Amino acid sequence: MSHEGMSRRSLLKTGLAGLASTALPLGALAPARAADEVVLGAVYVGPRDDFGWNQAHAVAMEILKKVPNVKVIEEENVPETDAVAKSMESMINLDGANLILATSFGYYKPFVTDLAAKYPDVQFRHAAPLWNKDTDPSNAGSYFCYLNQAHYVDGVAAGLSSATGKIGFVAAKPIPTVLSNINSVLLGARSVNPNATVQVIFTGDWSLPVREAEAANALVDAGCDVLTCHVDGPKVVIETAESRGVKSCGHNASQAPLAPKGFITGAEYKWETIYKMYADMLAKGEALPNVVVGGYDNDMVQNTPFGAGATPEAIKAAEAAIAGLKEKKPIYVGPLKDNTGKVVIDKTYDNYDPYLDGMDYLLDGVIGSIT
Amino acid sequence: MSEHALATILIAMLGGAIRVSTPFMFVALGETLTEKSGRINLGLEGNLVLGAMVGYAVSYQTGSPWAGVLAAGISGVFLGLLHGAICSLPRVNDIAVGIAMMSFGTGVAFFFGKPYIQPSAPRLEALPLGGWSSNTALAKALEINPLFFIGIAVAFVMWWALANTRWGLILRMTGDSEPAARAMGVNPVAVRIIATALGGFLAGTGGAFLSLSYPGSWNEGLSSGQGLMAVALVIFARWNPLRCILAALLFGAAGAIGPALQSVGISQGYYFFNAAPYILTLFIMIATARSNAAARAAPGELSIVK
Repeated sequence: MSHEGMSRRSLLKTGLAGLASTALPLGALAPARAADEVVLGAVYVGPRDDFGWNQAHAVAMEILKKVPNVKVIEEENVPETDAVAKSMESMINLDGANLILATSFGYYKPFVTDLAAKYPDVQFRHAAPLWNKDTDPSNAGSYFCYLNQAHYVDGVAAGLSSATGKIGFVAAKPIPTVLSNINSVLLGARSVNPNATVQVIFTGDWSLPVREAEAANALVDAGCDVLTCHVDGPKVVIETAESRGVKSCGHNASQAPLAPKGFITGAEYKWETIYKMYADMLAKGEALPNVVVGGYDNDMVQNTPFGAGATPEAIKAAEAAIAGLKEKKPIYVGPLKDNTGKVVIDKTYDNYDPYLDGMDYLLDGVIGSIT
Repeated sequence: MSEHALATILIAMLGGAIRVSTPFMFVALGETLTEKSGRINLGLEGNLVLGAMVGYAVSYQTGSPWAGVLAAGISGVFLGLLHGAICSLPRVNDIAVGIAMMSFGTGVAFFFGKPYIQPSAPRLEALPLGGWSSNTALAKALEINPLFFIGIAVAFVMWWALANTRWGLILRMTGDSEPAARAMGVNPVAVRIIATALGGFLAGTGGAFLSLSYPGSWNEGLSSGQGLMAVALVIFARWNPLRCILAALLFGAAGAIGPALQSVGISQGYYFFNAAPYILTLFIMIATARSNAAARAAPGELSIVK
């Protein structure tokens, strides 16, 4: 990635991004409830200890449980269907929840938005950058760690640790956050190896261990020598990669112990940064901001310490990439084409630009299709 | 499609058939045994999930994956005995009990399985039978788990024993006509409880394959309904253990189609290809439900046949 083009733009955007990434207290704020108890209902789509997405949330949730006037109730294995509406509604009506943290992408529309409209006194926060201040209820909101920044670093390290330049990606569903991770791995790899490719296989759901193993095997058979993934529990993909003798990059939480020979690095959320901020605000009786987002520049993502699969030059380049991201160096440096040849990114975008949140394409260099 | 791509897909389907079929095979064989005695156990999904959890936990605690396999089988016996005993009470519907057992088995597995999601347990070693091939994909596809061969051996033994032994005769008789069994001095209740327990053992063993071989770890989304599909396979296999092998291989290959097509660049419509095993189940049910041969092969005492 060139240094040109970012300097002026990022200087201009620094102020904006800084604002967006720390706090945007908009809309109707919840009534101060200094003395009142906060009953926080947390909903997870899978088991709390899945070595991945749900575990990352649940571990960070412990911080909120320590706040004196906060009572946390949790429900796991809640599907992204009407079931989540029932779960949230029973938390509100039976347990008196006045703050709901909905931690899975598919919970948002229509479930969170409908319930937020129905219960204006309850605050809803959803873990994906979906809240729109113009159309969505003001008692709802979003919080999100831009994991694609850490996946970009994965791509840099993978690009220099791979012999073939072919990186395999096992993905669950073609939603913007997943696509952004795939595209960021590609851009990271291409920044150090212009011929690198990323081949993606979609399994169709967040947790399908047998199909994830099949997909990992198929990618290795197709010649990929580094595997990474975006599924809820990456354990199967990482273990399959290790058993096939190829390298791997993790996702969500540290999978380093699963692949002592081939682990390169991995992308990890730091939800605790956000939950710690929520906890401090709740302890003081303050209202929560509608939007909290961030990445490397404000300590909301990190990379797993490098494993045996990372070559020395890969470690060096990855550390340089991390330093760049901390200074808000943009990942999407336009113009970029998608893999059907259409220009989809016309100019260089800031890492938090809302335009990127609507990503529905795979960039040129990604082998795969989203339909 | 280039020849290379076709070869990749075929190898992937072969590998998939071998890797994915084993749990289908064990559950289908267990269900065949149970249904031959005249009882349906829809709860084998529960046995599969509980077996996966117990197998993983015991392998982790003892360091011996084969101890895990045995323990998984025993957990299946426990669930099978429970199902068999409850269904022996008067006016109890075995299908309803089966659904309850399915929830019970998965619930128990999830409850006790929490501490075992994180640790890595020793896995069953596969036999490297593809060493002769220079094609690494083919060599990998031919790394076969011993449980696969044990499943095939069990199918042959069961097929022979059902036709040629006194025990087999008693089992078939109990399944086809309870009055005939009683007239022969056989206690149908005891035969059915034993058959359900043995069927449960096989299904539990199939679960151990999931957690200890492929995909080889324990978590709550591990089975994704394979135990239920295997019960449908029994009807397709017409209660014949040898056909169970074929049916299981077919399902394994169907499951490999989705990822394999994406890996050679046919990535449009992956939702459809990923649904192949389920679509196959549907077609099999439609095709076999109206076949007269299937109706003849069904044990006469099954509650859905009567």
